[in-house]
Amino acid sequence: MSDPVLRLTDVSRVHGTGAAEVQALRGVSLAAYAGELVAIMGPSGSGKSSLLTIAGGLDSPTSGSVSVDGQDLGEAGISGRAKLRRTSIGYVFQDFNLIPALTAAENVSLPLELDGAGRRPARDAARVALEEVGLDGFADRFPDEMSGGQRQRIAIARAIVGERRLILADEPTGALDTETGEDILKLIRARCDAGAAGVLVTHEPRYASWADRVIYVRDGLVVDEAGETPSTVFATGVEQ
Amino acid sequence: MSVKHALLALLEKPRYGYELRAEFEQRTGASWPLNVGQVYTTLSRLERDGLVEAGGTDAEGRSLYQLTEAGRVEVKGWFDSPVERTQPQRDELAIKLAVAVAVPSVDVGKVVQQQRNATMQALQGYRRQARSGAGDDLAGGLVLDRLVFAAEAEIRWLDHCESRLRRAAATSTAPEPAEPTEPTDGGTR
Repeated sequence: MSDPVLRLTDVSRVHGTGAAEVQALRGVSLAAYAGELVAIMGPSGSGKSSLLTIAGGLDSPTSGSVSVDGQDLGEAGISGRAKLRRTSIGYVFQDFNLIPALTAAENVSLPLELDGAGRRPARDAARVALEEVGLDGFADRFPDEMSGGQRQRIAIARAIVGERRLILADEPTGALDTETGEDILKLIRARCDAGAAGVLVTHEPRYASWADRVIYVRDGLVVDEAGETPSTVFATGVEQ
Repeated sequence: MSVKHALLALLEKPRYGYELRAEFEQRTGASWPLNVGQVYTTLSRLERDGLVEAGGTDAEGRSLYQLTEAGRVEVKGWFDSPVERTQPQRDELAIKLAVAVAVPSVDVGKVVQQQRNATMQALQGYRRQARSGAGDDLAGGLVLDRLVFAAEAEIRWLDHCESRLRRAAATSTAPEPAEPTEPTDGGTR
């Protein structure tokens, strides 16, 4: 098997100190390979969102290591991590996180422009991504003029623009009805089928079932895994 | 499950036995396969009860069945009334968990986890069926949705069982409040 796009090795995260100390993650190891969608499920406060923010370099582990595309996020430093976030990692959040003053196309092209791409090629790439999520013709609309499902599509276009290799989605269907949620999962799944690695945090079994593997997290530990392909990536980190 | 009414309803148009079976399976996304013997047994009972009758033969000489007027009334009655829920079917999983809780040697958490994995795999299977086009036809799609919703509900219920088990375990292992070592004066507690 080739190297994973995302690898977490024995990752722990402690928030606060003393009596206020919270162990969000306790030695979690996992990997996501190109072409694979991995779902993470668990009750509220189980650490699943912490896991995703650490996987994406938005937060750093207290111990353990994270690598994306073979690059160690700890060694990459702040600017290296920022670059990875702009070029290799796409995020989809529950509340879309779009900039209301920018059009759909501008929201999508922003990460490319921040990374130094010219305005024209960035906008062209944005239009391609918007087409991929079924929003051709909506490039010049503002998020406020669109439905929740359409806004989440913009967010997905932003997450995939520029051939990102890792898609991280945190409850991307949380604010949507079942049918619209299914459409969103279809898009994420299609991107993984096209070669990206995806990690989906969800508390909804129906969306988790789009994944190749479903990992259960509880109290900051990976406690279980379900999926068709028995995982070869869990050498460590599973509580027996 | 009784397929009598479903077969009867599909005889809105005269059909022969194999055709009726194929229609049933196609409509229901092949989720409940029928053997053709079962179809013919049902048809002869329906004929005995006056709900269907022989309707001649088709161009290839196959015997067709069609609805009688009484059959039409029966079909209408079926669609006009809800499916009974007063006696839920015996639920092996609920029984297994209830018994597991009562048998001390059983690791109930493991029973829950194992079932959740199996149900998640079933759900992934439905998902694959849907992606391969099994749910594109409206009738088959509705049946597949039903299976997805049922599996989803089961997983949610298992999650809930797990939380309850953990809460129950936490309560039973919590340290007892310390008993006073000296007799109290009786007025301060």
